[in-house]
Amino acid sequence: MNMNGGQALMKALENEGVDLLFGLPGGAILPVYDPLIDSSIRHVLVRHEQGAGHMAEGYAHATGRPGVAMVTSGPAATNIVTPLCDAYMDSIPMVVVTGQVPYAAIGTDAFQECDTTGITMSVTKHNYLVTEAADIPQVIHDAFHIATTGRPGPVLVDIPKDIVDPNNPRSAMEWYTPDSHDLPGYHPNRAGDSELIRQAAKLVCEAERPVIYSGGGILKARAAEALLELAELTGIPVVTTLMNRGGFPDDHPLCLGMPGMHGNYTAVTAMQEADLLIALGARFDDRVTGKVAGFAPLAKIIHVDIDSAELGKVRRPDVAIQGDCRLVIEDLVKALGELGGNESQPDRNRWRSRISGWQERFPLTYEQSKDDELLKPQYVLEQLRDATPDDTIVASGVGQHQMWTSQYWKFNHPYTWVNSGGLGTMGFAIPAAIGAKAGRPDRMVWAVDGDGCFQMTAQELVTAATEGFPIKVALINNAYLGMVRQWQEMFYQERYSEVYLTRDVPDYKLWAEALGCVGLRVESPEEVGPAIDQANEIDDRPVVVEFRCEAGENVYPMVPAGMSNSDVVVDPSQQDRPR
Amino acid sequence: MSASSGPNGGGTTTLVVRVENKAGVLARVAGLFARRGFNIESLAVAPTEDERFSRLTIVVGVDAAPMEQVVKQLDKLVNVVEIRELNPSASVERELVMVTVQADPAIRGQILDLVRVFQATVLNVGYDEIMVSLTGSPSRVDDFEDLLRPYGIVDVQRTGKVALPKLVKSAPDPLAP
Ligand SMILES: Cc1ncc(C[n+]2csc(CCOP(=O)(O)OP(=O)(O)O)c2C)c(N)n1
Ligand SMILES: [Mg+2]
Repeated sequence: MNMNGGQALMKALENEGVDLLFGLPGGAILPVYDPLIDSSIRHVLVRHEQGAGHMAEGYAHATGRPGVAMVTSGPAATNIVTPLCDAYMDSIPMVVVTGQVPYAAIGTDAFQECDTTGITMSVTKHNYLVTEAADIPQVIHDAFHIATTGRPGPVLVDIPKDIVDPNNPRSAMEWYTPDSHDLPGYHPNRAGDSELIRQAAKLVCEAERPVIYSGGGILKARAAEALLELAELTGIPVVTTLMNRGGFPDDHPLCLGMPGMHGNYTAVTAMQEADLLIALGARFDDRVTGKVAGFAPLAKIIHVDIDSAELGKVRRPDVAIQGDCRLVIEDLVKALGELGGNESQPDRNRWRSRISGWQERFPLTYEQSKDDELLKPQYVLEQLRDATPDDTIVASGVGQHQMWTSQYWKFNHPYTWVNSGGLGTMGFAIPAAIGAKAGRPDRMVWAVDGDGCFQMTAQELVTAATEGFPIKVALINNAYLGMVRQWQEMFYQERYSEVYLTRDVPDYKLWAEALGCVGLRVESPEEVGPAIDQANEIDDRPVVVEFRCEAGENVYPMVPAGMSNSDVVVDPSQQDRPR
Repeated sequence: MSASSGPNGGGTTTLVVRVENKAGVLARVAGLFARRGFNIESLAVAPTEDERFSRLTIVVGVDAAPMEQVVKQLDKLVNVVEIRELNPSASVERELVMVTVQADPAIRGQILDLVRVFQATVLNVGYDEIMVSLTGSPSRVDDFEDLLRPYGIVDVQRTGKVALPKLVKSAPDPLAP
């Protein structure tokens, strides 16, 4: 079939099962926006290209399918670099199509030219500069394959204008449907080595104080069920990193919750005291390990990851297994079955009782606000958690509110937590929530955002309002860049430098209304529940609820940067308790 | 693919990397080394017998990073097809050097003696300079350069080394399965 490159691009995207495209047109990508009109793909018009990228990420987080964004050249391409890096750090499958100046003009500093593939080389799993229209079907097919297999990640496809412009003879091509991949250097491994899995099973059977350290790879591999089976078979407690909240149910008796810099005391301490860490799809990030030399000093390590470069990158494992988490866990369960299943596990009653002792002495805690005080953010989050359906999807920004959300929410289902872990991108919440809602319109979607973050991407609420994505935003207004304020309080002798945002400017209620949302404002504890109920009732447009919160609240526990996890600082009210 | 630490201990290791012959591949490899703090000592690039691929011979300083990380990160590049880590004792290594050296007519004979001893080649002769080249193992090339230095090196250009694994010497056991 004869067609032009622009039509071929649309057809190739349709063939990959793309139903939604987040984007914003411009000169270099213009020819592609014409065949878009005739395509089955729905396009969501964003207000800033960063929004398009984070929406694609949110969509991928919530659905497991690759998110797709399309923007023009130059400034649009640079605007989407942050989401690319975010997706790269958090292994989010995403395909970004960028327009480029005509092929012959590349390298001439043409209008809106930038070296997009050069700029994004280090923040993509792979990228392409397509030079011939005839390459489009194959490149798109390969791009989706790379983005979604192995360790997932973002792939960028840069397309010069002339090869998609029907008025240019260089765009003429004959359509073909690629039936294989042209990737001689790309062979993602899936199954783990069975001998190594047997060795791992033996270590599990010998361990007296084991902990399963589960990371985002569980969700990527759709391994939540397998993880549950492994934990229940062995009775081994599970910590869920920031990237795997929801990958193991918080209401399960074996769940210890989030470890790391702001993890709960029990999760942090159980890892420190463990004699075996079973790391599944986790990468020993510095926010989890604290000072590496002091991390889990007594533990042997079983490390499972699809990316062999993670094995031994930070901590040398005793058994390193490259493979897909789901397949390896299933094989590990089988291997444990051969060794006697639950019968093969030593008596771990002492370990269990030490853990429950920590849980009793050091639960998450905060002090309720007094009469003359503003709201406590933790209280707002507890109320929000309790007033929303169990399968609500929660997206968050970056800062104190993110840590409180991860701490206080009860994640009982996979794919209900959408957040920026590795890059820590302020402004992620609103566009990511929109993308999640676009992918899962059946679910209630709340964004928990900080006042600083909100001001970075609030304009995407216009996208939500006009495109019909009725998300809800809980805006934790503490008048500060709170997380930075906390560090200045704790580590810079309360010398506050450029962290005060003001309490009343902007007027968030008015701003929300101007953006096409319902705006609510809550100042006292008794208004919190009713406002959430009111927001939950609204389904025809987005809602922003501004919660006016205390400015001085700190996130605890905290492992100060560069310190050992054994030095975790607990809430001031718990500091006298025996450890 | 082996992922052991470098055969030279703290020194350098040679990687022979087959890559797809596509625009930008060298930038990807160089960018990866820069971004991960790995150190390239020398790099030689050439097409292979199969035009779809090129071969990079990279001499890596292994002080900066464990060799295993270098290899694994390199292997993640989609355009990298194969990586071989070459142990110097199990490979044949060659490097080419071109040197222009001061050679007053009075002492030119001494330099030509060196050229003869090393089986080097005279490429070009000027009134008081001479250009020579040598292909050999990197240490032989070092020796040659060191011996020329006292005469006054005007210009020197080395290619960086290339290498291939040594061939099997013994005939295969006919009884082996
Ligand atoms: C784009 C970006 N810029 C700066 C930072 C550094 N940073 C981390 S948290 C934070 C404060 C966030 O403020 P806010 O959104 O109000 O959240 P809070 O901590 O008050 O809950 C800042 C500035 C960042 N993570 N991302
Ligand atoms: Mg704030």
